[in-house]
Amino acid sequence: MTQDEKRLGIIVAGSLNKGVEVRLDGCVSVEDMVVGRYVTIKGQKRRFFGMIGDVSLGVTDPRLTLTPPDVSDPFISDVLAGTSTYGQLQVMPYLTIGGDAASLVEGPQPVKTIPSHYATVNLAQDSDIELVFGKEDGERFFIGNPLDMETKLCINLPELVKRSNGIFGKSGTGKTFLTRMLLIGMLQKSKAVNLVFDMHNEYGWQGTSEKGGKVKALKQLFPSKVAVFTLDEESSKQRRVSTDFIVKIGYDEIEAEDISLLRQTLNLTDQAVEAVYSLRRRFGRDWLLRTAELSDSEETKEVLTQLNIHESTFQNLKRGLNTIKRLPFMQPHVEVQAVDKIIGNLSMGINVVLEFGRYKDSTAYILVANLLSRRIYDRYRDRTEKAMAEDSTPPTPLVITIEEAHKFLNPEVAQQTIFGIIAREMRKYNVTLLVIDQRPSGIDEEVMSQLGTKITCLLDNERDRDSVLAGTPGKGELKSVLAKLAARQQALIFGHAVPMPVAFQPREYGSAESYKSLMENATSSEEQAQNDIEELWD
Amino acid sequence: MKEEMQRVGEVTEAATTGFTAQCYQLYELPPLGSLVKTKEGETQIYAVVGNASTAGIEPGRRPIARGRDTENEESLYQDNPQLEKLLKGEFFALVVGHKENSGINHHLPPRPARIHGFVYLCPDEEVKEFSQSFGFLNMLLNTTLPVPRDELIAACLRRMSKVQDDESAFLVAAGKQLAGLLGGDYNQLKAILERIKP
Repeated sequence: MTQDEKRLGIIVAGSLNKGVEVRLDGCVSVEDMVVGRYVTIKGQKRRFFGMIGDVSLGVTDPRLTLTPPDVSDPFISDVLAGTSTYGQLQVMPYLTIGGDAASLVEGPQPVKTIPSHYATVNLAQDSDIELVFGKEDGERFFIGNPLDMETKLCINLPELVKRSNGIFGKSGTGKTFLTRMLLIGMLQKSKAVNLVFDMHNEYGWQGTSEKGGKVKALKQLFPSKVAVFTLDEESSKQRRVSTDFIVKIGYDEIEAEDISLLRQTLNLTDQAVEAVYSLRRRFGRDWLLRTAELSDSEETKEVLTQLNIHESTFQNLKRGLNTIKRLPFMQPHVEVQAVDKIIGNLSMGINVVLEFGRYKDSTAYILVANLLSRRIYDRYRDRTEKAMAEDSTPPTPLVITIEEAHKFLNPEVAQQTIFGIIAREMRKYNVTLLVIDQRPSGIDEEVMSQLGTKITCLLDNERDRDSVLAGTPGKGELKSVLAKLAARQQALIFGHAVPMPVAFQPREYGSAESYKSLMENATSSEEQAQNDIEELWD
Repeated sequence: MKEEMQRVGEVTEAATTGFTAQCYQLYELPPLGSLVKTKEGETQIYAVVGNASTAGIEPGRRPIARGRDTENEESLYQDNPQLEKLLKGEFFALVVGHKENSGINHHLPPRPARIHGFVYLCPDEEVKEFSQSFGFLNMLLNTTLPVPRDELIAACLRRMSKVQDDESAFLVAAGKQLAGLLGGDYNQLKAILERIKP
């Protein structure tokens, strides 16, 4: 135990479900306590790690509140502080570590009990944080500092990418910065490849910070590990992005399922969506082109009657299909399919960022993201199953990053989109999602519950907070932590990849030093690997 | 005789919780709240002066006014030298602890003081030693005396604070102790705090 441990107070009450109540010592100012900070509790047999969930004031006698004493007198206020009037903390214990050698090796475990009465509570030290979250190493990536602490908070990225994850927060709270940083981390340490559907062109080449400056993105920092694909060549050229491939989509690549997803955006009726399936059966791969080409002739009417499609339904569908056809990246037929290119890159371990350029409307984004993801997912499934059958190495884990996730994962379409399936079936086929959204309440509950790790910046809306925290132990405390996060550059991470929830300040990103430290990281992990190999031979 | 061994009287009535002592000199009563001590065998008994009185030696005979033709009070006593013998000063001291070989204990001694035991005013050093901790406050709080408890406690703490190195720190510490003991009685706490604030 270190000497400079700061004692806060003692446990006076509590329960495992609701957390323990800490009475602050007289010398500790209640104003120094902030929700989200870490504390350690020294029980008789074990130590506990917890987080401050609430801060309150208490008095021993209600008369103190009815006829307040004269606190302008320093003597009176000194005497009363910590005795008759005192501060209280609500602490949620999350982890515990036993005192014996075996439990020290095992590391911190989730709590199943609470510390006994009058156990002392201390502010967590850097060493405690390190014990819980581990040190920065080949697998752990430094994402930021716990609030009011200097320690590096590290998360285990291979563990993170095993499940689908979410990054939430209202706009302007730093989601994009956080995502960019996490992508860099994954690129370096997770052994997974990323496919980013970059709706706002922020991850591939440079993005802008809130202050208006430009910040570097993945391709600039790791040119050999990142390929930038674009849907909008012109926009990329204007922004002087060096792109690796220009994505074009053939009409014949669009399947009936893709249209059913666009039902809302294209304003299609249920019958129109049904009609698509019939048309697909009749016309085969070229169904879209041939349907769009059907003119108002007797022949057409005959076809429609045969397929049992009403005239107005057909018109409704046709309008929708024309909207798709008008998208500049659509072509009747494409020689090199984007999917093959993407898969090719991904199998080589190269991360792919797909820029949408100027096509930021939902139709383009939903269509392309879905279409590509479904095919990629199919290939991954085949390869994984094959690998299982042949007992060979499965494909590299893939993380698909989607923005505006509620458009794909809202309760109405989550059952149909490929993203709903990926989120639910998850890691079986080595494909997981990184969901970025500002309205988590718009996302299907089932999908939310399947997200392994959630990182959330400030959320204003009560429903959003509820949906992010649904099912999390200590929800009440976390909710107050979440509500009190600063509007920028503070986030709360909880779930699968971290042993306990933690509010943190993401590491700096955007300055020359920050790039340097990120790059250093990359080299240092390589160096470490090299050292490890050398040690093996020694 | 050195100041610190000032003898103030002799025990005339003793019980486990307190004793009454008579002063040798009229009007030389120890101040309210001061710490006094007397011996019982090997045990040193500490007590706090809780109530003092001056009256005639015979309970049935009350003093009468005599100064009608006298210029001042002093000459009245000079003109009536018998008064010094007919009046007596007495004080009641509340036992708050004792000292045995092991050191100072803030609880009642095994036996009460002896009659005719000499009573001394504790020297500063001893007061300081005795007031290292505040266990005695509880005994003062649980007593019934003609003097209000808050007055007695306040007087006692004020006197003790004078001999400390850090007077205000001592009073704050004592105040905190009282706040704990009087958790449910804010009014009494307030009364005491107002009387001891530096």
